[in-house]
Amino acid sequence: MSDLFRVENLSKSFGGLAVSREISLSMGAGERLALIGPNGAGKTTFVNLVTGQIKPSAGRVVLNGEDVTGLGAVRRVRKGLVRTFQVTRLFSELTPEEHVTLTLLQREGKASRIFSRFRGNSAVADEAHDILGALGLHEVARRKVGQIAYGQQRLLEIAIALALKPKVLLLDEPAAGVPSADTPRIEQALERLPPSLAVLMIEHDMDLVFRFAKRVVVLAAGEIIFEGLPSEVAADPKVREAYLGNYANARSVA
Amino acid sequence: MQMTAQAGTVSAAPRAKRLWWRDVVGIALIAACGAAGYWLFPDNLALLTRIVAVALLVLSIDLIVGYCGVATLGQAALFGAGAYAAGIACVNGVTEPMTLIAIGAVAGAVAGLVMGAIMLRAHGLAQLVLSIAIVQLFHEAANKASAYTGGSDGLAGLMVSPLFGIFEFDLWGKTAYLMGLALLLLVFIALKFVVASPFGMLCRGIKQDPLRIRAMGAFVFPVLLKMFVISGAVAGMGGALAAISTQVVGLDSVSFELSANALVMLVLGGLGTLYGALIGTVIFMGFEHMVSAINPFHWMTMVGALLIAVVIAAPGGLSSLFERFSASRGGKA
Repeated sequence: MSDLFRVENLSKSFGGLAVSREISLSMGAGERLALIGPNGAGKTTFVNLVTGQIKPSAGRVVLNGEDVTGLGAVRRVRKGLVRTFQVTRLFSELTPEEHVTLTLLQREGKASRIFSRFRGNSAVADEAHDILGALGLHEVARRKVGQIAYGQQRLLEIAIALALKPKVLLLDEPAAGVPSADTPRIEQALERLPPSLAVLMIEHDMDLVFRFAKRVVVLAAGEIIFEGLPSEVAADPKVREAYLGNYANARSVA
Repeated sequence: MQMTAQAGTVSAAPRAKRLWWRDVVGIALIAACGAAGYWLFPDNLALLTRIVAVALLVLSIDLIVGYCGVATLGQAALFGAGAYAAGIACVNGVTEPMTLIAIGAVAGAVAGLVMGAIMLRAHGLAQLVLSIAIVQLFHEAANKASAYTGGSDGLAGLMVSPLFGIFEFDLWGKTAYLMGLALLLLVFIALKFVVASPFGMLCRGIKQDPLRIRAMGAFVFPVLLKMFVISGAVAGMGGALAAISTQVVGLDSVSFELSANALVMLVLGGLGTLYGALIGTVIFMGFEHMVSAINPFHWMTMVGALLIAVVIAAPGGLSSLFERFSASRGGKA
């Protein structure tokens, strides 16, 4: 197979509790895939397994034909497997510009230099400027992250991920917690992601999922119960059961 | 675009420039205070030199605690490594003062490498306990190796050559103080560059969220270890300065007590600014000196009371008062 990214029989159990059961899926370059499922289905665990934050009990993660299962989180990022976080993990005392600059310096292998100025690299400064501009973060580029709107923080998460020039991007609920007035801005950012990038998005907002994804995977109780077109997902009996069984989360699917 | 931004788009661009000027003024102020001390207290230069040496130790703690978020109660291990290395070199015939400072820096850096490699295996409280264990081990090693260190009697009889072959280390401690002050200024300026480098920014990121830094593709351990080495070099220079100026190295220079006091000085002055380290050291040691002269029996009580007052009135340390002051001024302007 010439898949860019492949997960084979990925499993994880904590003690006796299986949170991921034999998950297999693959993605090609430029693919847009949505991973949905009720709360507690193991979606974030899946992202953690794929990016190396936690070690799987069994299974493989393959990127570009290379088995990366044995690599730590940092090496996977360097190979192009990049994620964003469901709850933003940003440095509240630093500015968006500093976040992106630091990320770019890291990508260039210059982040641990002592004998250079943080802002001394003009190529990096220009690239940071472009990345922040493309996501509409220009005006707040030099304000502390703790003082900018939450929607802007979500965009900054995406900016940091893009600064790493990923091959595969895992977006963990990019629109979660964003006021509805600001979601179009997030959606616009998602539309403008590089065409060759393979994107897996976890999201609860089904409107966003339908507009964004060409393929949908549904996870319930750690297992894939559906894989197919967005137009088919709502009619699938197993999916309906999974969501209705978890009544509180029945909201947008139905 | 409908992002709900709270404040206007003011005060964005000039920030970096203003900070740069503030550092120039700050460093000039340190030099001025140091010179003032020289003229105002000519009889207390030994104490002032001791303050400079301890200030280097407190600066070294700020690098680890204030910039990396790693708590330590064992930093005197690095200070003592520098002091004993310089002392042992001196009694064995290496008497050139700048060479001794360099020896102290190297010994401190090596000790920092060892200490970091051990401490960074643990996190949180376990890490703090490890730091105490390490300083106790260093203390015990210095005590037992009395053939080299003089044990509990201390290593005495350091005869240091004149600085640059010209300036004798006089009885009043003028040469030692001025050398220490120059060293402190140079180290301070160098550290300002270190914390403003990409490496410094990486450390600040690690302090806030190591997981985020890893997700950016950067390893955490080597960065922190590097900071331990730098910190060790700074503490080691402080130790060497103390050895040169007092011509004796005692077991107290590798003690838990010194480590803890130095951490208290840092908290008193404020973490993560470098200025706080200097302010805290001067206030703590100056206050200690005055109060112990007034009341030799109850001076510790007074120091305790001062600490409580500062922590309640200025939880961010004394240096945060300047920040608050300049912020309120800036607001009006």
